[in-house]
Parts: sequence; structure tokens; C-alpha cells
Amino acid sequence: MHGMRSILPAGPNQYFIIIHVKYPKERLDTMAIPDEEFLLKTTSACAGCPSSLILRYVTKAAGTDTVLVIPACCTSVIQGVYPTTAMNLPVYNVAFASAAAVASGMSEAFRAEGKKTNVICYAGDGGTIDIGIQALSGALERGTDFLYICYDNEAYSNTGMQRSGATPLGAMTTTTPGGKKDHKKDLDAIVAAHNPVYQATACAAYPQDLYNKVEKALTIPGPKFMHVLAPCPPGWRFPSEKTVEMGKLAVKAGLWVLYERENGKLTITGASKAAMKKRIPVEDYLSVQGRFRKITAEQTAEIKKTVEENIARLQREVDGIC
Amino acid sequence: MSAKLAISRPAEGAAGKSGTWRTFRPVIDEEKCNKCGLCRLYCPDAAISVDLEIDLDYCKGCGICAEECPKKAIAMVREED
Ligand SMILES: Cc1ncc(C[n+]2csc(CCOP(=O)(O)OP(=O)(O)O)c2C)c(N)n1
Ligand code: SF4
Ligand code: SF4
Ligand code: SF4
Ligand SMILES: [Mg+2]
Repeated sequence: MHGMRSILPAGPNQYFIIIHVKYPKERLDTMAIPDEEFLLKTTSACAGCPSSLILRYVTKAAGTDTVLVIPACCTSVIQGVYPTTAMNLPVYNVAFASAAAVASGMSEAFRAEGKKTNVICYAGDGGTIDIGIQALSGALERGTDFLYICYDNEAYSNTGMQRSGATPLGAMTTTTPGGKKDHKKDLDAIVAAHNPVYQATACAAYPQDLYNKVEKALTIPGPKFMHVLAPCPPGWRFPSEKTVEMGKLAVKAGLWVLYERENGKLTITGASKAAMKKRIPVEDYLSVQGRFRKITAEQTAEIKKTVEENIARLQREVDGIC
Repeated sequence: MSAKLAISRPAEGAAGKSGTWRTFRPVIDEEKCNKCGLCRLYCPDAAISVDLEIDLDYCKGCGICAEECPKKAIAMVREED
């Protein structure tokens, strides 16, 4: 540029060409997301897979200087068939319970070498809420510089949809054929008790919100955690074209609240700002999924109560009352 | 001592040509399309290019693009045979 300026004569000979391209608002809103794809066409995931959709934006936000640590889950088997993989980033496939512990060692090693490489655990709900929870707790407590992402499809999907601690009340799985009798475990409250530097929720239906959060999280040193809702067509029993719609319904019904908590300060984000004030009926979400076919009126009422309590609790936190 | 590690290398088609899975194919009506890019944003498999062309070798036919298109510009058309 400097060289150019010195050759160009100053004055009336200088001009700029401005090209006007008219793009709709939606296109402009997402222009900042890089075009580069790190999931090469394609994984062997089911059509309409939320994990693939989420991972597309996680990797776009993270960029090339990244290592993914993936324990047993759908995402460890959809990568492709040896000797090729769809993942155009280094991936460590590790034993179920070990993801966060592996990430601790890896992050320490990179930092000892003066490298800033992003270490991201990408694990399912079973591998996080049930099986990986003690390793996660340990890594958060040790202050590991990493980002842990739990994509939550609310069951052990890879092995055929068994119930996990993340399966919601009333949902049928292969191990709860009459509908689950217990509530979904509150993973976010457990993580919050560790006071991570950054904690957020996101949803496959809102890629821009997800992208922004991953991008921000990776600029902050220390332990970061994200919990991403992943509506899974075969697991939740809805048609594959409804993955995004299902995520939107969860957010609009207040069953899933998009937020971020930075150094203890809570901010509600994106579509959840409206849902904090006005919500669609939870039935609009439950009735379009086959897994809730056997849900009872009492269970639906229980879910409604939980939603209202959760929203009220988050609002109190935003208002600084608790 | 040398250990042989099982390392997979990145390549297109690592899981085969997933376009063969399709029962319905997405077809964009250029007249209706306003180039908003939401179909590309939501495609789980990045089968829609920056220029909004659908790669039918790999598109799995999930139908999310058609469902989310605000202009209803994508039709899901049944594949022959
Ligand atoms: C120690 C151990 N137990 C069981 C399994 C079998 N297994 C592989 S993936 C999986 C389900 C994982 O569920 P989740 O973490 O929710 O991820 P998802 O498959 O739903 O994406 C199970 C049970 C295993 N690989 N290792
Ligand atoms: S079972 Fe669900 S999460 Fe797993 S690959 Fe299929 S759509 Fe994706
Ligand atoms: S979503 Fe519809 S209108 Fe938007 S670019 Fe795709 S086909 Fe065109
Ligand atoms: S049908 Fe599914 S896989 Fe094919 S282009 Fe549309 S969103 Fe992508
Ligand atoms: Mg799961």
C-alpha cells in the first residue's frame, strides 16, 4: 500500500471504484463468519445432524490453530473411514471418561512450548453429564486453558438412544420406553459452581450466536464451558428437515435459554431476550416430537413449572438480586 | 523404536458419496431466491457453496434448506429410481 501511494500522483487522478452489491439483511448479518469449512463433504452423520451443524460453526470460529478432543459419541464415529477423515483439523479420539483430563495435559504441553493452540473438547451429553463429569470438574478446578463444549442431544444417540442424565422428563428412549420418570440433570448449575471464566449456552438453530460465543470464549485464557442444544432427528423422532425448527421452538418456549456468563456476569443473548418476556406454550415443542408421545399431563405441568422457575432464577441473576 | 499410529488424513468423500442417500433433492428456483444465504448457513453438511450451488454428490437431502428458506425458493423433488 505504501509503495502504491508513493507512485500514484496525488490530486484529481486518484479515484476509488465503489461496487454496490445489494444483499438481504440475513446475508449481511452472517458475513463475518468465515467461508472456510473444516468439515469436508461429508461426515457419515444422519441427514439433518445437529452435531455436524454445530461443529461447522465451532470450527469456523476456532480456525486452523486448533485441536479437537472427542470422546466416544456420534461425533467420534461420523468422521469417516480410516485412512481418511472429513475433519480438516487435528482430532484426538479418546476414551469416554477422559476428554477433559486429556485436554488438561494437552493444553499444559502447548503452553509450555509457548503455543497458543486452541484445545477444544467436543463431547456428547452422555460423555459429559454422566461419564465425563469428574474429569470435567477436575479440569475446571485446575484452571485448564481450554474450551469444553457439550452438544446435548439428550440421549446416548450413537449406541441407539439410551437414556442419559440429560434426557428430559417424559421422553421415551430405548431404556425408558414408557417415558423418563426423572428430570434432566442441571449440568449448567454444576459447571457454574466451578466459576469458570466463561460459560455459555447455545443452540444448533442459532449458528451466529453460537459462532460469536465460541469466538469470544477462545480469546479468554482459562477454563471455558459451552452447552449446546442439539435436536437430533432419529433420537427425538422428528423429520430431518425440522432440526433447526426444533431448536427454535425450544428457545421460544423457554425450555432452552441462550445466555453467556463472563466472570460471573450473566447476559441473555439472541432470541432468548424475547423469550424471557413472552413464550410460546411448551406443548408446541413437545407435541411435534415422537419421543414425548407418552408424556402425561402431570409431567407436562412439571416441565412448565421448571421452565418458569428457571426463567425467574435467570432474571433474578440478570437483575443482580441473587 | 518406532510405533505405527493409526492416523486418518483429511479428504473429501471420507464417508463416501453421501448424495446417494437422498430420497428427495433440493432444487432452487432462481426467480424466487433473493440470495439471503440462510440455506447455506443451516446446511449441516456444508453442501451449499458460497455461490449458493448445491453439491448433489454430497447433499444428503435432509430438507433443512427448503424448510428454512424464507422465500420458499427450494423445492424437495423426489429422486427417480
Ligand atoms: C467406556 C465406554 N462405554 C461405552 C461405550 C459405548 N458408547 C460409545 S458412544 C456412546 C454414546 C455416547 O452418548 P453421548 O455422549 O450423549 O454422545 P452421542 O452419541 O449422543 O452423540 C456409548 C454408550 C464406549 N465407547 N466406551
Ligand atoms: S444420531 Fe443424532 S447426533 Fe447422532 S449422527 Fe444422527 S442426527 Fe447426528
Ligand atoms: S434460503 Fe432461499 S432465498 Fe435464501 S439464498 Fe437460499 S434459496 Fe435463496
Ligand atoms: S437438503 Fe440438507 S444436505 Fe442437502 S443442501 Fe439442503 S440442507 Fe444441505
Ligand atoms: Mg448424546
